[in-house]
Amino acid sequence: MNQQTQQFETVIGLEVHLQLDTKTKIFCGCANAFGHEPNTLTCPVCLGLPGSLPVFNKQVLEYGIKIGLALNCTVSSFIKFDRKNYYYPDLPKAYQISQYDMPVARNGFIMAPSQNGESKKIRIHRAHLEEDAGKLIHDDAANCSLVDYNRTGTPLMEIVSEPDMHSPQDAYEYLQMLKLTLQYLNVSDCDMEKGSLRCDANISIRPVGQTNLGTKTEIKNMNSFKAVKEALSYEIGRQESVVRSGGVIVQETRLWDENKQMTFSMRSKEEAHDYRYFPEPDLVPFTVSEQKIEEIKTALPELPLQKQARIKERYRLNDYDSFILVQDPLVAGFFEECVTLYPDAKKICNWITGPVLQELNAKKVPITELKLSPKNLTTLIQKVEEGVVSNLVGKDILKNILETGQDAGDIIQSQGLAQVSDDGALLKIVDELIKENEKVVGQIKAGEEKAIGFLVGQGMKKMQGKANPKKITELLKRRILDV
Amino acid sequence: MTPNTLTAHAILDLIKQKKLSAKDVFASVSAQIQKTEKDVHAYATIFDAPQIQENAAVPIPIAIKDNICIKGELTTCSSQILSGFKPPYDATVIQKLKASGAVFTGHANMDEFAFGSSTETSYYGPTRNPWNLACVPGGSSGGSAAAVAANEAIWALGSDTGGSIRQPAALCGVVGLKPTYGRVSRYGLIAFASSLDQIGPITKDITDAALLLNIIAGHDEHDSTSVDLPVPDYTKALRNDVKGLKIGIPKEYFIEGIDPQVKKSVFDAIAILKKCGATFEEISLPHTEYAVSTYYIVATAEASSNLARFDGIQYGLRRKPDHIRKTPLIDLYEETRDIGFGTEAKRRIMLGTYALSSGYYDAYYLKGLKVRTLIKKDFDEAFKKVDAIITPTSPTTAFKIGEKTNDPLSMYLSDIYTISANLSGIPAISIPCGLSKDNLPIGLQIMAKPFDEEMLFRIGFTFEQNK
Amino acid sequence: MISKNDVKYVASLSRIHLKDEEVQALTQDLERILGYIKNLEKLDTSHVEPTSHVLPLKNVFREDIIKPSFSQQEALKISVEQQNGFFKVPKIIE
Repeated sequence: MNQQTQQFETVIGLEVHLQLDTKTKIFCGCANAFGHEPNTLTCPVCLGLPGSLPVFNKQVLEYGIKIGLALNCTVSSFIKFDRKNYYYPDLPKAYQISQYDMPVARNGFIMAPSQNGESKKIRIHRAHLEEDAGKLIHDDAANCSLVDYNRTGTPLMEIVSEPDMHSPQDAYEYLQMLKLTLQYLNVSDCDMEKGSLRCDANISIRPVGQTNLGTKTEIKNMNSFKAVKEALSYEIGRQESVVRSGGVIVQETRLWDENKQMTFSMRSKEEAHDYRYFPEPDLVPFTVSEQKIEEIKTALPELPLQKQARIKERYRLNDYDSFILVQDPLVAGFFEECVTLYPDAKKICNWITGPVLQELNAKKVPITELKLSPKNLTTLIQKVEEGVVSNLVGKDILKNILETGQDAGDIIQSQGLAQVSDDGALLKIVDELIKENEKVVGQIKAGEEKAIGFLVGQGMKKMQGKANPKKITELLKRRILDV
Repeated sequence: MTPNTLTAHAILDLIKQKKLSAKDVFASVSAQIQKTEKDVHAYATIFDAPQIQENAAVPIPIAIKDNICIKGELTTCSSQILSGFKPPYDATVIQKLKASGAVFTGHANMDEFAFGSSTETSYYGPTRNPWNLACVPGGSSGGSAAAVAANEAIWALGSDTGGSIRQPAALCGVVGLKPTYGRVSRYGLIAFASSLDQIGPITKDITDAALLLNIIAGHDEHDSTSVDLPVPDYTKALRNDVKGLKIGIPKEYFIEGIDPQVKKSVFDAIAILKKCGATFEEISLPHTEYAVSTYYIVATAEASSNLARFDGIQYGLRRKPDHIRKTPLIDLYEETRDIGFGTEAKRRIMLGTYALSSGYYDAYYLKGLKVRTLIKKDFDEAFKKVDAIITPTSPTTAFKIGEKTNDPLSMYLSDIYTISANLSGIPAISIPCGLSKDNLPIGLQIMAKPFDEEMLFRIGFTFEQNK
Repeated sequence: MISKNDVKYVASLSRIHLKDEEVQALTQDLERILGYIKNLEKLDTSHVEPTSHVLPLKNVFREDIIKPSFSQQEALKISVEQQNGFFKVPKIIE
């Protein structure tokens, strides 16, 4: 077939490194924390000092099993650690304690919902535990590099997918779902900016119809899901143009350059990878009982897709609303608490997915840190629904609550925001409106009932928004059309 | 008075009777160091004015092998690559010794990273055998054994990966014990081969070995491979009684290469124990001939990884290359390690790296681990029949300095009797059992079941009392 | 059995720069040692489990409880070179 017209299929597999949110590091008692002064969270073990020995943090294994189960994996009953030997200044022992042939979990999958509403099954090849390396900073001015070993020994779970994705969008959706699932488990803050979730991609192309995989490249240094999408798109284009121009893809590691929006070969690191894995003699093996697995399984929280299905069904929401609500377990929880206080789930959902989420996105804080309680929100919704305040005023009150935390009722009372529904006061306004807008009144009489909305708007203006628009409409109709 | 020639238990008795002070003891050890250290060279580093607590439980001067971390004291494994390295922490055994008031005399010389059986590969130069200065003290804990033999310390700690406590103890005429793997914490012992290393006592007699093991043994939460079993009072095992004990003599240990004087001396010892009521039988440890090969695969593979951290990045030696060959970083690694490691260290790192490298793992490392299983099984079987096993510690007495330095393989083969105890994790002790015609010490090795150090003390003590 | 190129490859894996005469000598030494080790081939181990730990120990954990860390000063005291609280190393070019 002509190379120029050849259609290609993309094959993508992702490796995600997740920092686990334990109190201490994986093999020592140093605090597992981010953002401290350099080299202030170290000890003989995580500095890899001669003579020091690792001791495995129990919590890390629990988290590992939890993640494995949430990803529908088989959790191994026997696990061990191995040494992966390589030299790099951020790796103080010159080996990383990792898991080679007996990972915590393997053979799982997640269902990733895609744009068109369908779900795609992406298989998980394996998930294993290992220690993180330190952090290198390059000081160009001083022509040197600097090492901070605070991060050394942070527990990591590496989650390796099967090459089941066929587009950057697939990869994006997989990552979204994976991240969401991990957030539900409360095992990591999954913050790519802080590096607590990192992603490398293996990508290859092959002519449509071919079953053998093409030569893959490994893409690193993608610092956001958006970057993953961009880097993969770029790499597909690059690989296709290489093949179309008669070249061959070289198996290599390439770095994504965010500024240039290109991937670059990392030639200097292209050495034979001979990691000389062997069982870590300083740690003993670990067994995981059926009972333990069952215990952790039972304690698993409701996962995003389960939660969505339940919320959708129970509160009669549509796919979209329920999908949005479960994107943040805290938001979903907030929603469900509101529903216990006020019966109209759809109304609550609209308020949450609208102005409340807007606020969350702007402030980038969890919903629990807002000055808004479910009680206060539902009080406000109730006031709007009862016509005490208009929808518009309601939104203003919400802003006020978010700033001050004051009770909705108190705000309405103290600022005199309650709508006027008193016929006497409103009739006076309605008469004014009719007098001032003869032309419109004529149109209405002529059957253009829609024009009534204009008059209602004018009336609301006169009342500075405090009138009940339904009431005004009713009075206008009575006066003009005599109904 | 020369308290430095006494055993620790004799010293402690005299201190209790107020006939001796801890200060006097240290002063006499110090004086001895002044006198003989220039000939023996037992120490890599001699510490300045150590603290002496007069009322401490055990204020005994002790030499510590240069691979056991002492906070703030130069700890180098007798290697240039650890030049200037002062650990910011104490090994667990050091914490325990500090708590009992032991007085640290210095870091004892050793084969570089414990790679050797003669203490000739030390960056600081060789230690000499106090019995004959032209001879090696054995190794790798040659400095520790020589310090005790030369009365330059009352006690010493060594480490034993393939015989590194027992062989120098034998060659220097002192007692050396390798405890069961997991009995003594390895935390703070700079690893050679993690699955084989154990710290143990080197002393003048069995009683002192029991006293010192009492101090250093026990579970440590910092060492995942240390065993959480109660530590008995080992001095209670010091009974002059072997009646009814069955002791095995492995036929594979008395074949070619053994010095007839060594063989005779060991059989003389056996005769004494027979007289005391022990019964002996010939046993077989059929995989003995594979022990050296297995050991040199497993030990060097682990060592190649354990020593990778000495790369000039964090601490110790760093050599900045003059010109760039590969990259500034790789050049720094490669030249630091080229200069920092001696020939034997390089040989073992290379051998171990090779055994683990892609394509060779199954043929070497995995094979080694499997044969290790067979060797361990040999001992499991043997201990179903006997309470202990007696062998020579070393096939020969101390050899001349320089005699084997250019023949690594023959040096490796001198560990032939001691290696199996490490591969199978069992405890083993070397005790002096005689002298050769050349007035060089001969050592007897006793091995027992895992965690049955008491058996070693009982048989050793009985022999000591009746020889 | 082991070639000079093997030795050079292993040296580079081990991050040791060997001079030519060292390559020569080490090739000979390793050749002899590997020749000796070959005796293991006589043993059929196809049905033998490997032993990486001699003790039957398993499940040795620590609780997830914070212990004190070194101060920055303590940590850097061992360093060959330091700068602004960091360990200083030659510039790493990627």
